[in-house]
Amino acid sequence: MSADVELDDVSVRFGPFLAVDRASLKIAGGEFFSILGPSGCGKTTLLRTISGFLQPSQGRVRIGGRDMAGLGANKRPTALIFQNLALFPLMTVADNVGYGLRVRGVARAERRRRVDALLQLVALPDQGGSLVSELSGGQKQRVAIARALAVEPQVLLLDEPLSALDLRLRQHMRSELRAIQKRVGITFIYITHDQGEALTMSDRIAVMNRGVIEQVGPGRAVYDDPATAFVASFVGENNCFEGTVVETGDGHAVVETGVGRLSGRRRNGLAVGDRALVFVRPEALRLVSDDAPAPIACELSSSAFEGNATHLFARARQGQPIVVTLSRRDEAGAMAPGQKLGLDYAAHDGLVLPANGHGAD
Amino acid sequence: MTGLRGVLFVGLPVAVILGFWLLARWEYRHGRDSHRQSFVARNGWPVVAFVVAAVGFWALVMIVLPQLYMVDFSFHPKLPPSQRGGPRDVYTLENYRYFLFGSTRSTASWNVTHITAFWLTIAVSMCITVLNFVICYPLAYFMAQVGTGSQVRKLMLLLIIPYWVNELLRAFAFNILFGTSGVLNVILLCTGVIASPIDFIGQDIALYSGLTYAYLLVMMFPLYNALESLDHNQIEAARDLGAPWWHVHLHVVMPFAKPGIASGCTLVFMLCAGALAAPLVLGGPKTLWFTPIVYDRFYQAFNWNQGAAYAIVLLLTCILFVMMVMRVFRVSLSEITR
Repeated sequence: MSADVELDDVSVRFGPFLAVDRASLKIAGGEFFSILGPSGCGKTTLLRTISGFLQPSQGRVRIGGRDMAGLGANKRPTALIFQNLALFPLMTVADNVGYGLRVRGVARAERRRRVDALLQLVALPDQGGSLVSELSGGQKQRVAIARALAVEPQVLLLDEPLSALDLRLRQHMRSELRAIQKRVGITFIYITHDQGEALTMSDRIAVMNRGVIEQVGPGRAVYDDPATAFVASFVGENNCFEGTVVETGDGHAVVETGVGRLSGRRRNGLAVGDRALVFVRPEALRLVSDDAPAPIACELSSSAFEGNATHLFARARQGQPIVVTLSRRDEAGAMAPGQKLGLDYAAHDGLVLPANGHGAD
Repeated sequence: MTGLRGVLFVGLPVAVILGFWLLARWEYRHGRDSHRQSFVARNGWPVVAFVVAAVGFWALVMIVLPQLYMVDFSFHPKLPPSQRGGPRDVYTLENYRYFLFGSTRSTASWNVTHITAFWLTIAVSMCITVLNFVICYPLAYFMAQVGTGSQVRKLMLLLIIPYWVNELLRAFAFNILFGTSGVLNVILLCTGVIASPIDFIGQDIALYSGLTYAYLLVMMFPLYNALESLDHNQIEAARDLGAPWWHVHLHVVMPFAKPGIASGCTLVFMLCAGALAAPLVLGGPKTLWFTPIVYDRFYQAFNWNQGAAYAIVLLLTCILFVMMVMRVFRVSLSEITR
């Protein structure tokens, strides 16, 4: 059974430090929800508040409509997977997985049956008798998942559990986690600083910075239509040009930046004369032929071939760095450092956001 | 006689060294790791020679030889110096016989006083060990897992400073505290809790408190060390899986801290059973504690041979007892020294 999680104006304060600042979220039952942010943004604090290790200084946490105020971690219908997994090193795999059941007084035979089923679910059958120390990183991961699922939580909380794995295993575990979530059907709340993880696995993502939830939405919306300068620069690669708004129109704006006049879609609340940032994704930029007029002129510093794509690193006027990602098809033959490049992009690929002091951290 | 003694004192240590050397050779040959240099290659001959000599001297001269001498002593009769090594200086069990039967020859009746004192000492030491554990575990847990850095530092200081005071002085302080007209009795009388003073010393309450207090730190530090290395996430994981606090301690924290618990308990038990200052100072007129009896064999009866026998009985019983308890709780010797 899955439950929805509702955070209502939750703040968590450590002395004078405000770790979570008035966070409000509604996470639907059965949703795979990610909270994405740089380290120290308060995402782990938020997770610990949901799991019951911390009580909010203000606001309410509701799980399945029930107010969790005053309930400790052992009384909540949640299970947490720790960043370092925190498996019990002296117990076998089966004892680890069955710990929560043992606490609940489930009889040995029944416990054994359920542990076996769980080990089957995480693709670790016949490993019940091994010690945790005998397992590989990926296997430990699966044991941690099975141990958390054993208590049949309504919400599974995951605190960057994949961060210790190597890249290939991490990518494999992403799809595995997603598949497990689909199978058990409970709510997953996944904490990560890795936008790739958040984008590939989640139904929805909340982007957090300095204790504040800056944007909530499906991955595509967060990537294509970031609400703040922080989201624009933190989620995915982005080129950022700072300047002053010189012209506003219906849903778009033109900004006078260090590299020239750039235009893009506009969020409400920008007027002529405001400081603004123009964001253009590396893959939205394209090379224009030498004779055509280009809004951005720059000089190639280096390039990196990555198989399916090539990244060009260039500098425009005033040392403004620019990254261009060219897909295989758009590649324009060999290029040497120092070569002059003209860049252009479709108007709807530019995004104009207010410069609010703390943009890209 | 001297020939046998010579074999015992020179041959045995040499045999032990030879045994260890052969063991090391064997291990080196069978567990050979091509990536690892030998101890000698890593540190050079002078360092190796010093380590071997220093450890060898310490182990042999300071530990093995005196003990061996005592063992030998315990199997000889008490004789005036002129007759030592003479025809009457034979190997005998009479000192052990005296401990059991109260006479060097007859086995008619048991030496009730000494045997009672012996077992009482073991039993009380056991109780004090348990009491010490009960006192120290929560404190060590708090210091290792709960308290903030400054709290832990303050607590540590409070724990250590009293131990700068000499053991004998501490025992006398307890004597003053628990005396018939001592601080505790005065307070209890003044507040009207009791009508007449309690004889804390005569009833051994002072002794047991003193012994408990004397070895708190010896329990504290191994426990603290063991608990400190426990990943706090494991406690939280157990909590998160729904475990009540006692279950977390019994099934997660204590199994992890088992080596520390075993090491602390062993030390406290051994030191307690062998304590001398506290029983001498805090013991009442009727107090039965084994070590003062051993002391009396040496310095009151001037019977060093009998004293040696008594001491060896205590030592062997304690070792056996500790081994047995470790066996029951499935702790290995190597875990304790970790």
